Amino acid sequence: MTSEAGVPETTNKSRTYRWDSLLSWLAFGVLLVAAILWLIPLLWAVVTALKPESQTTTVPITWIPEGGISAFTFESFWQVLSAGGLLRWYFNSALTSTVITVAVLLLTSLAGFGLSRVPFRGRTVVFWLIIAGLIVPPQILIIPLFMEMDALGFVDTYQGIILPQIASPLGVFIFKQFFDGIPHELEEAAIVDGASRFRIYWQIWMPLARPVIAAVGIFTFVLSWNNFIWPFVVVTNTDMMTIPVGLATVQSSYGLRYADIMASAVLGGLPLLVVFLFFQRQIVQGIASTGLKG
Amino acid sequence: MVALGGARQTKYSTKPEAQRRIDLAGFLFVLPFLVFYVAFLVWPVILGLRMSFFNWSLVGTGTGQFLGVSNYGELFTDPDFWSSLWHSILFTLLTVPLLTLLSLGFALLANRAIPARWFFRLSFFAPYVLPSSVMALIWIWMYQPGFGLINSYLTQLGLSEVSWLTDPQVAMISVVIATVWWQLGFSFVLYLAGLQEIPRELYDAAAVDGASSLETTRFITIPLLKRTTILVVTLAVFASLNVFDQIYIMSTSGGLDYQSTRSLIMYVYEQGFTLYRVGYAAAMTYVFFVLVLVVSITGFVFSNRRREA
Repeated sequence: MTSEAGVPETTNKSRTYRWDSLLSWLAFGVLLVAAILWLIPLLWAVVTALKPESQTTTVPITWIPEGGISAFTFESFWQVLSAGGLLRWYFNSALTSTVITVAVLLLTSLAGFGLSRVPFRGRTVVFWLIIAGLIVPPQILIIPLFMEMDALGFVDTYQGIILPQIASPLGVFIFKQFFDGIPHELEEAAIVDGASRFRIYWQIWMPLARPVIAAVGIFTFVLSWNNFIWPFVVVTNTDMMTIPVGLATVQSSYGLRYADIMASAVLGGLPLLVVFLFFQRQIVQGIASTGLKG
Repeated sequence: MVALGGARQTKYSTKPEAQRRIDLAGFLFVLPFLVFYVAFLVWPVILGLRMSFFNWSLVGTGTGQFLGVSNYGELFTDPDFWSSLWHSILFTLLTVPLLTLLSLGFALLANRAIPARWFFRLSFFAPYVLPSSVMALIWIWMYQPGFGLINSYLTQLGLSEVSWLTDPQVAMISVVIATVWWQLGFSFVLYLAGLQEIPRELYDAAAVDGASSLETTRFITIPLLKRTTILVVTLAVFASLNVFDQIYIMSTSGGLDYQSTRSLIMYVYEQGFTLYRVGYAAAMTYVFFVLVLVVSITGFVFSNRRREA
């Protein structure tokens, strides 16, 4: 009897094991269906953009146009690109997002460093003043900000698009948290050497902060590239529009040419999709680390 | 979460002269950011508050007539204010649970030892990097009657078509579906990261004790993900209450039923920029801001109490 005592347990264990691997396969199946559902809208947009216009509204829908794969055409893409607007919007988006990202990185890291590493009087007040800004949703400021930009003569200018997006308190908070978490020995050695605080910031701390710079930088770039409401409010001239704002107007300019509309949607989404494909790991890690530490 | 006192006053002498130099240095580090912060965040907050007490117009010059609190009084009897406020809240109530549960579920599934995890991350996260207008254009196209992908499949299955965009009963749900599709990847990635933080040994210990994988999920994984869940919910509530882009674009470019979906920020935009009543629009944003504050404080207290419990 005693020798058999272990037997039922083993069976039980292997049953658990089998049950577990079954669950894993089930999980895989469910996820696969979900992932395909998630990809369908994107694929459908691409397929529509590649179809000849006449075939976009067939019922029932077809994934491959009449005439097979060879009937796919880039015509709509050329059409949309040669119409001009899109290239200009790419430029506007790239310019404004780049300036915003560089400015945010510089200003918020300086402020984060000052608040974390320089024991000046009043820093607690300054810190809380900046943190308070985190609870102000940018959307509620569109009216007074527009009035302010109007008074400054910045409506329909790059300054108008850029300036308000630089005042981002989150970056200060993230940099301060990062600088708080690093031991002091390095800095003390440099102070003994008589290095100025700015040199300490620039030559010791910024190189250490590389992962945070990447995270804040990628975030700021994506958010400003995709910002819709502010450029939409401050820009009325088609030539000054960014990608998201410009695309919101294409439905009216292309009428019911669905292949053209989808081609411009695909082209509008493409830059960040490409960035995402190349920097997938950094982006995901950036979101994860800032998210979990914040 | 917020830790002050990172700068210990170790090596610095605190003679008045030295302290003054430190004050100056600190001030210089913070100043460049503060200039932008005060000019483009603090000042508009104050300016908006001031505007809300005047009959201020976008087209006229000056402040217009002083009205006291009558802009605020008008709000309470404006049915469009209440309906648009309700739409923002309804949108939040529908979006946040769906987004949280689906992203948690997908992350739990993806966390099992399954092949091709990169593929799942890619397909869930890719929509998140699209601009709102691209997302809106794609879903307007998906929701078309007749030749729209969804309705075409519904008809082929022998079901009747749904007027996704124009039916007032359905329009809000259509926006919610599109938004969950768009935003899910972000919460999914946060949950995947949260799952990585859970120590392996806990699972090994549970396995030794003979816990089934469902029990492990229920009693170890989900409780330990609480911090992530609070973060996911907070960010989603904030973003949803302030919804503007997708509803605005889907109604102006896609004929989405406007009366049943117009959000509060859309109504603010409309009052300010199409009717030029910026004073009234500003008053609206402040009432809304107080509401957002109440929600955040309640959420904060609630999550702290639960953490202690």
